[in-house]
Amino acid sequence: MTPDTPKLVVENVTKRFRTRKGEIHALDNVSLAVRETEFVCLVGPSGCGKTTLLNLIAGLDLPDNGRILADGKPVAGPGSDRMVMFQEPALFPWLDVFDNVMFGLKLKPRLNNKERTEVATYYLELVGLERFMYANVHELSGGMKQRVALARCLAPNPRVLLMDEPFASLDALTREQLYRDLQAICQKRPKTVVFVTHNVREAVCLGDRVVLFSPNPGRVQEQFTVDLPRPRDINSVDLAKHATEITRALKRHLHPDLTEVAE
Amino acid sequence: MKRTIGVIIFFVCLVVIWEALVRMEVWSPVLVPSPLSVLRYIGQALADGTMEHAILVTMRRLLVGYGLGLLVGLPLGLLTARFKLMEHTLGVIALGFQTLPSVCWVPLALLWFGQTESAMLFVVTMGTLWSALIATDNGVRTVPPIYVRAARTMGSRGLHTWSRVIVPASLPFIISGMKQGWAFAWRSLMAAEIYVTILTGFGLGHLLHYGRELQAMDQVVAIMLVIIVIGLLADKILFSPWERFLYRRWGTEKA
Repeated sequence: MTPDTPKLVVENVTKRFRTRKGEIHALDNVSLAVRETEFVCLVGPSGCGKTTLLNLIAGLDLPDNGRILADGKPVAGPGSDRMVMFQEPALFPWLDVFDNVMFGLKLKPRLNNKERTEVATYYLELVGLERFMYANVHELSGGMKQRVALARCLAPNPRVLLMDEPFASLDALTREQLYRDLQAICQKRPKTVVFVTHNVREAVCLGDRVVLFSPNPGRVQEQFTVDLPRPRDINSVDLAKHATEITRALKRHLHPDLTEVAE
Repeated sequence: MKRTIGVIIFFVCLVVIWEALVRMEVWSPVLVPSPLSVLRYIGQALADGTMEHAILVTMRRLLVGYGLGLLVGLPLGLLTARFKLMEHTLGVIALGFQTLPSVCWVPLALLWFGQTESAMLFVVTMGTLWSALIATDNGVRTVPPIYVRAARTMGSRGLHTWSRVIVPASLPFIISGMKQGWAFAWRSLMAAEIYVTILTGFGLGHLLHYGRELQAMDQVVAIMLVIIVIGLLADKILFSPWERFLYRRWGTEKA
């Protein structure tokens, strides 16, 4: 792989779903390339196919047309090099918090148990849950569950992180803390991230690039490069300016769906 | 502590009233034995070894038959949940046989195996197997798909996904199926022992049956008490640990 080869390539991808109400054209001829260590945010209203695209990149679903490449190789299924963080925490109730984080680590044969324990502890501390290591999942609040889920998908140190509105259900304070943490983690251990959100400010805060999607069928409308210095503060004025500009573009593209757009 | 004392007082009162009613000869002593005679019978049966032997025979049938039922039922439940063909064939059979009280297998079992241990094991196994199968099948079908998706993105595949995700996620269902299977097995074994003489060993059901034939109501009531105690103990020993685990991990709603 030469340095110029993109980490992830989405090439003319089309995806339809058959439901009882008829066919949904989730993605129409979508192309996208993500460079190694780039943080790309997919923004758009609900139903514009962002989550579908994320699932395709994850390998949880296969495209009808077109292809998806990771490291130049076609994606045929899920792999631990592309870790996914879902909208819901999806933690396993039969395991405690610590063992949930260990689940992915135990699937990495190169680590021994001592290293695994250290890594799991490190990431649980990072998300501020060291006091809840042996708690049961049902005892945690929604925000804490999502932080465990973050620790669980960071722990195996994947090169690619696919995140599907992971912070949507958190309170504002926790969310801002996690914006800082996520940027710090990506600085320390460079990762290629595809981050789905409908919150433009969130996208500008985290992304090197913001990709606007429009629905029915899902298409890439416009892309914005965000070259603000890091770490970024979601409340900064510069960031707000960028966000306003992108929000305006979003509204322009989605005239009928104004109400769906956050912010 | 307070609760224990309350319970003890309640039972002491119960026994005292029982004894009093018997002494007042409200009923014929042939119909209602006194608690003392029941105790005397238990002591006697323990002393001459009849009771221990009967308990041993019955428990061996129950545990071996139950174990066999689980051993066959749980994996078959996984198969019916996984494969459409198994669902449409074995799944349908299981639904049918689960509604059949397993004591109905006794005539056939006697014909096939004679008056032997195998006949009893067969009846107990049939009581367990279908409940275990159907509960496992249900459990697997209700596993939230997001668990499997999450596991797959972390690199879990095939057998690993089944053993580390799907089976544990179905545990609440599997445990309740195992409990139901145990209840079915226990009831059908008692019914079978009471109405068929098995030549290879006399279980609790036989003792109960002979009590009736000998008009020895103290024996009948004593055996009934033993059966109750065994039922309670089995629940405590076999299922309480699992239920505590479910309660701890899943919280109140599912356990």
